[in-house]
Amino acid sequence: MIGIEHYVVVSSILFVLGVLGIFLNRKNVIVILMAIELILLAVNLNLVAFSAFLHDLTGQIFAMFVLTVAAGEAAIGLAILVIYFRGRGTIAVDDVNRMKG
Amino acid sequence: MIQTIAFYLFATLVIASGAVTILARNPVHSVLWLILAFFNAAGLMVLVGAEFIAMLLVIVYVGAVAVLFLFVVMMLDIDFAELRAGFIRNFPLGIVLAVVLLAELVLGIGAYRVGGLVLGTPDGAAATPEGVSNIAAIGALLYGRYLFLFEAAGLVLLVAMIGAIVLTHRERGGVRGQNISRQVARRPDEATVNARPEVGKGVQL
Repeated sequence: MIGIEHYVVVSSILFVLGVLGIFLNRKNVIVILMAIELILLAVNLNLVAFSAFLHDLTGQIFAMFVLTVAAGEAAIGLAILVIYFRGRGTIAVDDVNRMKG
Repeated sequence: MIQTIAFYLFATLVIASGAVTILARNPVHSVLWLILAFFNAAGLMVLVGAEFIAMLLVIVYVGAVAVLFLFVVMMLDIDFAELRAGFIRNFPLGIVLAVVLLAELVLGIGAYRVGGLVLGTPDGAAATPEGVSNIAAIGALLYGRYLFLFEAAGLVLLVAMIGAIVLTHRERGGVRGQNISRQVARRPDEATVNARPEVGKGVQL
């Protein structure tokens, strides 16, 4: 019998994997962005699971808004990455220090 | 029974492909594993009856976001071997943080199992009506109760689109573009005409 706990466990593991991905690939911005997408996916999974558990569609509506913001974030993030690469020729996060005071 | 098998299949695959996404050496492989993770998460959502969000996940993530990632990864000419250099150095810190986070989540779930806080029950204002499909119920809610939020989501997407275009747009010199005002201001008498001169007569310029 699959219950809400199973879904919560799966999405917690996915969330932790996303956080771990940010820390493991601290130089590669593209993989960091992908790890953020994994985190948002875990959140969406949680929202949908609880929406089904509580018989309330608000969770699914909210998951849709999270999806919207995630799509916008990916588009803006990749655009910033492209112009950064155009100017510097590298995307290593450690070299990002131009705005340092 | 079949639901249990499907759940464990999807759950295993989503976690495995999420793990490979963050561990893969080649970012192109990472994107492909991310696509697999999204597909399996959509499967998990279908299992609880949220077809609309599941299909949205496949269309938006696999169709748009993952392709965007793939496009950027392939377009930028990056030495990825160099970017992997800090991987071993960051490994212990990452593992410690992940273990702490996972322990906290396990603690939270364990506390819930012992007897969670009672924050009230849903009032049923957004409950699925009987005999209505998931998509119809979401549509009624989205264009009724959450109309302004829905419009705000559209605004967020518009801002993201304009932002991405403004950021990546580049003026190029030495390109002969279309000059619309000159084109509109042109009169017939300054345009070229199609003449049919007789043989041996020549044309008037």
